Amino acid sequence: MKIYLPLDSAAVALGADEIAAAIRAKSADVTLVRNGSRGMVWLEPMVEVETPAGRMAFGPMTVADVPALFGDLAAHPKALGLTEELPWMKAQTRLTFARVGVIDPLSLADYRAHGGLKGLERALGMGQPDMVTEVTNSGLRGRGGAGFPTGIKWKTVSEAQADRKYIVCNADEGDSATFADRMLMEGDPFTLIEGMAIAGLACGATKGFVYIRSEYPIAIEVMQKAVEIARTEGVLGTKVMGKGPAFDMEIRVGAGAYVCGEETSLLNSLEGKRGIVRAKPPLPALQGFMGKPTVVNNVISLASVPVIFEKGAEHYKNFGLGRSRGTIPLQIAGNVKFGGLYEIAFGLTLGEIVDKIGGGTASGRPVKAVQVGGPLGAYFPRSLFDTPFGYEEFAGKDGLIGHAGLTVFDDTADMLGMARFAMEFCAIESCGKCTPCRIGAVRGVETLDRLGRGDASALPILTDLCNTMKSGSLCALGGFTPYPVMSALTHFPDDFSTQKEAAE
Amino acid sequence: MLDSVEVTARVGEILIAHKGMEGSLLPILHAIQAEFGYVPQAALPIIAQDLNLSRAEVHGVMSFYHDFRENPAGKHVLKLCRAEACKSVGADRVATHAQKALGIEWHETTTDGKVTLEPVFCLGLCACAPAALVDGKLVGRVDEAKIDSIIGGLK
Repeated sequence: MKIYLPLDSAAVALGADEIAAAIRAKSADVTLVRNGSRGMVWLEPMVEVETPAGRMAFGPMTVADVPALFGDLAAHPKALGLTEELPWMKAQTRLTFARVGVIDPLSLADYRAHGGLKGLERALGMGQPDMVTEVTNSGLRGRGGAGFPTGIKWKTVSEAQADRKYIVCNADEGDSATFADRMLMEGDPFTLIEGMAIAGLACGATKGFVYIRSEYPIAIEVMQKAVEIARTEGVLGTKVMGKGPAFDMEIRVGAGAYVCGEETSLLNSLEGKRGIVRAKPPLPALQGFMGKPTVVNNVISLASVPVIFEKGAEHYKNFGLGRSRGTIPLQIAGNVKFGGLYEIAFGLTLGEIVDKIGGGTASGRPVKAVQVGGPLGAYFPRSLFDTPFGYEEFAGKDGLIGHAGLTVFDDTADMLGMARFAMEFCAIESCGKCTPCRIGAVRGVETLDRLGRGDASALPILTDLCNTMKSGSLCALGGFTPYPVMSALTHFPDDFSTQKEAAE
Repeated sequence: MLDSVEVTARVGEILIAHKGMEGSLLPILHAIQAEFGYVPQAALPIIAQDLNLSRAEVHGVMSFYHDFRENPAGKHVLKLCRAEACKSVGADRVATHAQKALGIEWHETTTDGKVTLEPVFCLGLCACAPAALVDGKLVGRVDEAKIDSIIGGLK
């Protein structure tokens, strides 16, 4: 009997380890595979049992539900049916996450059996300019949030002359509502390794770093093991796949600084310095880690590379809308009925994502606001639910898609409080290099407190302060904190005025 | 607290283990904290000398990052997420409850030295929020009752 049970952090946080112990105690004949999560977090811990018809899902499991797994499966109280037939799974286009939740994350044989390493093998037969062109043609844009075309970044590094070049994977996924990087690293680490190896070949880099935040202990452990396996099996090392040039990797752990998700701050941290933002230029692509040409890409950007090389740039490009090509792993979170990871082509409207896929709020109350793109993203009201999910489309509504995390709030949310929190967070996490962010965030908290006390004269000051932060900050922390603040103020003026009136 | 002879010897071993590593200061500080539970002041000049940095530079790095402690934490560390997704389902309420139950504020340790309470900004459990980290163990969908049972379970 073969049973799959996720090692994914969300599943573990909901009791997966206890379920695993109960399964092992019940029967010694079980092959228990700790896989990644299928992304249906409301069903976690979700157990899958292999049957001749396919994998059957059961969830959300409790320890008390374990014994029934060894009886009539169809009669199990938590039976959900075949995993692949679940509506959540069927409607997705899983390209980057195709193997997550399917394979044993630390089995290279499993990885190969599901199409793994085909992209890298194809890349080994291509010249550097062709590899870069392939990425450019796919239309892939940085999935970390900025949306910069990945191919252009690679081209700059590839053409730069230097004795050493580096590939750095930004796995400092600090935005609230985002967990795609974590799920990918926990559920399919070899995809990231393969993507980084291809980046190394395309750019002439021989060393790669994955900078993972310390808040992700399971992802760190899985990635470390996967790199060791890839090295032992000859995927990485002095000759990639036994025939290519050298490429090796190292896993590095952050130390709780949100700002290190910003690429130049991350590079300083990786060099052993304080995570202070660097002024650009010089671009990291020319002077990055240790002053050498460096590709800094997000986990999902790099993990999308293998499928682009396996199936071709055209295949990937055919998904999406406008200038947002390919698929995007939506992370639906917060006060939502069906929360989790949902990979789909760009173009769904915000309303379809929140109401149809997410099923509205978990509390059953009306949706008041959705923050898109993490703590630096704007709050969207219901009146903007027709906005299609794409980089330009969201920018056009004074928002951003960022790393594609969505936090749903019901009508009990206090938007003045959320605006204040955005400023407070910026003040705590500011690296201190530039004044608009370091001082502005502190003043922002004070100004919002004045508003909260009913002082209407603080309003123009807040607007002015946000403009200063937006145009004067060195990086997105100070530069984008105005997004949640101003969107809360613009779309939910009642939350700001009621308290004023109450004070008057 | 450890005496400086002991610190010197063990920090020396950690430094040797990180020789030749590019940008080794963060991995070194992590290793020292894993060893001692905090980064002893006595370790800083030893690291500085080994990496050819000033003591101020090492102190600057150590104090920049939230993870590194100057003093030992309580016997148990309870981290509660304060970020948006957790707030949308009651993280503030849960945090206030935990503070009352323990009788401490953020970053404080109970007088018996048993529990340190710390905020954390996102554990990536945003679809099963509010989230907590109890001595390295992840917990999802935390409410007041779960807080009581977590605190009750800490010996």
